[in-house]
Amino acid sequence: MLQINNLTTRYGAIAALRGVSLSVEAEEIVGLIGPNGAGKTTLLNSVAGLLRPAEGDIYLNGERVAGSSPDAMLRLGLALVPEHRRLFSQMSVAENLKIGGVSVGAKERARLMDECVDLFPVLGRKWETRAGFLSGGEAQQLAVARALMSNPRIILMDEPSLGLAPMLVDLIFGLVDRLRREGKTLLVVEQNATRLLQVADRAYVLRTHEIVAQGRASDLLQRDDLFDVFVGRPRGRRR
Amino acid sequence: MTDLVQTLIDGLGRGSIYALLALGIALIFGVMHLLNFAHGETVTVGAYIAYASLVEMELSWWVTAILVFLGAIAISVVIEFVAFRWVRGTEDFTMLLTSFGVVFVVQAFFVMYAGATVRSFPRPEWADRVWQVGDLNVGVIDVVTIGTTAISLAVTAYVLRRTMFGTSLRAAAEDFDAARLMGVRSNRVIRQAFIVAGALAGVAAVFYLMRTGQARPVVGLAPMLKGILAAIVGGLGSLSGAVLGGFVLGVTEVVLRAWLPEYLVGLTDAVVFAFIGLFFVFRPQGLIPVEAGERV
Repeated sequence: MLQINNLTTRYGAIAALRGVSLSVEAEEIVGLIGPNGAGKTTLLNSVAGLLRPAEGDIYLNGERVAGSSPDAMLRLGLALVPEHRRLFSQMSVAENLKIGGVSVGAKERARLMDECVDLFPVLGRKWETRAGFLSGGEAQQLAVARALMSNPRIILMDEPSLGLAPMLVDLIFGLVDRLRREGKTLLVVEQNATRLLQVADRAYVLRTHEIVAQGRASDLLQRDDLFDVFVGRPRGRRR
Repeated sequence: MTDLVQTLIDGLGRGSIYALLALGIALIFGVMHLLNFAHGETVTVGAYIAYASLVEMELSWWVTAILVFLGAIAISVVIEFVAFRWVRGTEDFTMLLTSFGVVFVVQAFFVMYAGATVRSFPRPEWADRVWQVGDLNVGVIDVVTIGTTAISLAVTAYVLRRTMFGTSLRAAAEDFDAARLMGVRSNRVIRQAFIVAGALAGVAAVFYLMRTGQARPVVGLAPMLKGILAAIVGGLGSLSGAVLGGFVLGVTEVVLRAWLPEYLVGLTDAVVFAFIGLFFVFRPQGLIPVEAGERV
């Protein structure tokens, strides 16, 4: 469904991603883990169209899409739940959902809004509340619901559990699992590697802007050396 | 008390024009992070349209008002397409310099093709009428300006709050990239912002020109400066703040003109600027900061 080949993205002269390749198949949850500054968010932003890759290709359902604008990517069926959620804090829950459905017709938008309320009942109770006044868990649910409003075929999620209390982290990973059961395809970036690997089918490990490991999530969970990747210690020196 | 009400009416009449201009400036700032110094050129173009319509073609003020309004929208869209589209995404300073460049180009165009001299055109005959209400002298132009501004603001508020177009504009103003991620088309939403800003400036231009009855290459400079000041005083990026800033600026000007000693009346603008400087010492975030207010 999503194929990334040798992707390089630069901020000026500095390469934030170097020759990264990965793939996501339909109805699969793929995790992307790695330490801070490894380039995970840069990768998602490059795929979603917020950043223009310097080299490499991105294919979505066989169509070459590298360098497309974010609104074009959305219309091709790819939605991003961005880091820190980036809700429209001055707008109500209903308005946030409405803007999430800007790419679909009015009838479809109304149907999707009803679906979102069924999926996230708390949003129905906070319908007129400004997004800036929601709790962390409510805000994250709204961010996911807003992405679902475009009826995407693949959802990219950037640090969905960032800054949430442990109970809410459970809620978010429960939500990821639920989206999988509903047949959604997800590429999820997460600091909480263990939790992500427990729900993902496959995963990639990104370190210093390059993929350094990949495989089935259950296999990666067993690898002790992954801890070293996160703290930046060479293998064999773990104490 | 009568003096106070009289001052308030005069101030609201003047402030209405600033509020309409400030609203457009705040809208564009919200969407593009551009402090658009070229916004006053909508008034300049409108002034020459009014001159051509009233003097050269001898059309009525009703027709002229519509032409000025449409001309302001057109020039606003043209400026976005010709100038700002090419520097979008660059540093804020680059866009700011571009807006200055547009001001100079438009002014030079009129100096070359219309001359630097003032071209006067007739004001509507009702513009000088005054209604006597008790002890109050209510200018008809003030009543019409305030009424039209109220309607324009109500329509703008409705559009921004109740339509998909307005919701997209507000979303883009709050977080442009997030709005694009939701599927809001950047070219379209920016063009729409310039259309709305141009329409608001068109209404302001009609009443400004009805009061001044003059066209000259720099006619848009003063209203542009007042509009920008009003938007900043209100809290740049805030819709309600821009409107409030416009009215506050208008009332302040009228109060100072009425109460300053005669030998200082000529320095009213300087005193207003001094007050604004003082205001920012105590409230640099403006009257309604963006975080607390309703952002565009």
